[in-house]
Amino acid sequence: MRYNNNKLVLLTSAAALTLGATGLVSAATLEDTRENGAVQCGVSDGLPGFSAPDDEGNWQGIDVDVCRAVAAAVLGDADAVRYVSLNAVERFTALQSGEVDMLSRNTTWTTTRDTTLGLNFTGTNFYDGQGFLVSRDLGISNASELDGAAVCVQSGTTTELNLADYFRANDMEFQPIVFDTSEQTVGGFEAGRCDVLTSDTSQLAALRIQLSDPEGAVILPEVISKEPLGPVVRQGDDQWFNIVKWSLFAMLNAEEMGISSDNVDDMLDSENPNVARLLGQDGNYGESMGLEADWAYDIISQVGNYGEIYDRNVGMDSPLQIERGVNRLWTEGGLQYAPPVR
Amino acid sequence: MTHNDEMIPERPAPRLTVGPLAWLRANLFSGPVNSLFTLLGLYLLYVLLTPAIQWALIDADWIGTSRDDCSREGACWVFVNARLGQFIYGLYPGDEIWRINVMFATFAALLAWLAIPRLPFKRWVAQVTLLVFPVFAYVLLYGGHFGLPVVETHRWGGLSLTLILATVGMVAALPIGIVLALGRRSQMPIVRSVCVVFIEFWRGVPLITILFMASVMLPLFLPTGMSIDRLVRALIGITLFQSAYMAEVVRGGLQAIPRGQEEAAAALGMGYWHRMGLIVLPQALKMMIPGIVNTFISLFKDTTLVMIIGLFDLLGIVQAALSDSRWLGFAVEGYVFAALMFWIFCFSMSRYSQYLERKLHTGHKR
Repeated sequence: MRYNNNKLVLLTSAAALTLGATGLVSAATLEDTRENGAVQCGVSDGLPGFSAPDDEGNWQGIDVDVCRAVAAAVLGDADAVRYVSLNAVERFTALQSGEVDMLSRNTTWTTTRDTTLGLNFTGTNFYDGQGFLVSRDLGISNASELDGAAVCVQSGTTTELNLADYFRANDMEFQPIVFDTSEQTVGGFEAGRCDVLTSDTSQLAALRIQLSDPEGAVILPEVISKEPLGPVVRQGDDQWFNIVKWSLFAMLNAEEMGISSDNVDDMLDSENPNVARLLGQDGNYGESMGLEADWAYDIISQVGNYGEIYDRNVGMDSPLQIERGVNRLWTEGGLQYAPPVR
Repeated sequence: MTHNDEMIPERPAPRLTVGPLAWLRANLFSGPVNSLFTLLGLYLLYVLLTPAIQWALIDADWIGTSRDDCSREGACWVFVNARLGQFIYGLYPGDEIWRINVMFATFAALLAWLAIPRLPFKRWVAQVTLLVFPVFAYVLLYGGHFGLPVVETHRWGGLSLTLILATVGMVAALPIGIVLALGRRSQMPIVRSVCVVFIEFWRGVPLITILFMASVMLPLFLPTGMSIDRLVRALIGITLFQSAYMAEVVRGGLQAIPRGQEEAAAALGMGYWHRMGLIVLPQALKMMIPGIVNTFISLFKDTTLVMIIGLFDLLGIVQAALSDSRWLGFAVEGYVFAALMFWIFCFSMSRYSQYLERKLHTGHKR
């Protein structure tokens, strides 16, 4: 459901474009942000590992950390974020109308969204995709063994379509068991009404924890759809677009160079020219974005590198325990790749 | 022929006609069918309640700070406990929570003053409550004056936000509703048609649509740089919607007053406002109490719809807490807590309305 190309979104967005509202929003997001003293960041109204308030009421998650990184780069303070929780339908309007400066809300990068909404995707902070959760007792290790399976799926989502496509493409039979909400879907799986549960892998991890015996279920390695999730900004402010894009790249580059929040201060003295350039010790790469020379230092010291935010929010240090998988760095066989700083 | 000079001593009534046994016999076991139903009912209660109590109380975990302190058998109230502050105050900064407390304490004191019949200066207190208090509450909660740091409305939430939405909705909708109802019964064609159109329009669309329009479409039509706070948008939407409903409740009450009342008042030389304010409305409002409270209760529950525009009311903050990856899987506990809170408030409103009806009862009750 989250990823559905909602007609209404397109409709409202078309209305926005017709009215020229997008063009009218101030192009100087950086100045506005400095004036407000906070980055206005649109986040999900609660998605495990991506954005959710913790016990103290602080927002936590991998999407939230992207907001924090931008705030650190722009204002030097990762806590200078004003979070606006948005649901799936209003997220684009909120960005178009200027209610938020950026969207970091598990939003799938698609052609339609990138080209018709007056928005720009700045990168991918999480490569998601639809996967399968099966009971360990079935002894299945591969999705190709799922012929004839009963599959629990949430209704009205692209998940349902992808599922049908996948089984048809592989010439397999399946019996869909459709539920309205994710809780019901888990309930159906737990009650044994289906052999397999399908959803996006990030969701499967969250659903798996809710089973009475999480160890009794496994997530199959196959991913049957592409769901690149990333931050979004308005078109028409290239400077801001660059800032958000490079805030994410800085975290990726930091991981690649082995810079973490723990050792970033030692790294300031590093002989490695790449490290020196990233941390602002050699040249000033922040200047052309309107930032200070130590913009990346602020991100890494306050938020961490990409590996840290992944592990902390969705990876092995979090309850979700999602494998890095395709979200590994390119040097380790994954897809996460950032252009060099020079 | 003999007769007894002594009085027969008083004897207690037969054991089976008074006391608990008699009550049982009269109410639960008065015949074979009733006895059967009683036993069936008891059995059903046993079957339903035992597991519920077992889950909610006996097997439940109460103490702890994380999900590891919970076993999987019973309810994990640790979750509700750890999040209680958030459920009540939303994401309001911890150091500033006293402001919410002071606001609600003041409000409760004012309401208590108005509700207890013996206390004097009712008129003044009522005016303070309606005119001064909202300003005071706004300044206190939002801040920005008198050295109070600003707390933006997107940090408001939880039970306090639910209460704010419901209270503002109720307090604003009643007078607007009365005016609309009077307008709809007016002889003046323009006033009447404006009121009819207003009522029928707002009553004809679902609240969720209004909130949705206010949150998704409205920003697109506003000039650049101008944005209305979402909470204000929600408050305006709820108030307009509820006042249309209220207007129809009030109109129903007005129609129940015999025409003679108004004619008699007119014969005494009273003008329109006197006739309405002194004769018709006092009688009508008294009869409308069940209808008004009904509307209030449904408004209280409708406030949960603000969730769809990204405001965290009580239910919204419970759901947000459920998506914290450290607390996944405690949905039932969260929803039970939310349901209990809603029940407490709705039930209190219902009891207070019954008290009001009894107090104002002057023979109209049928």
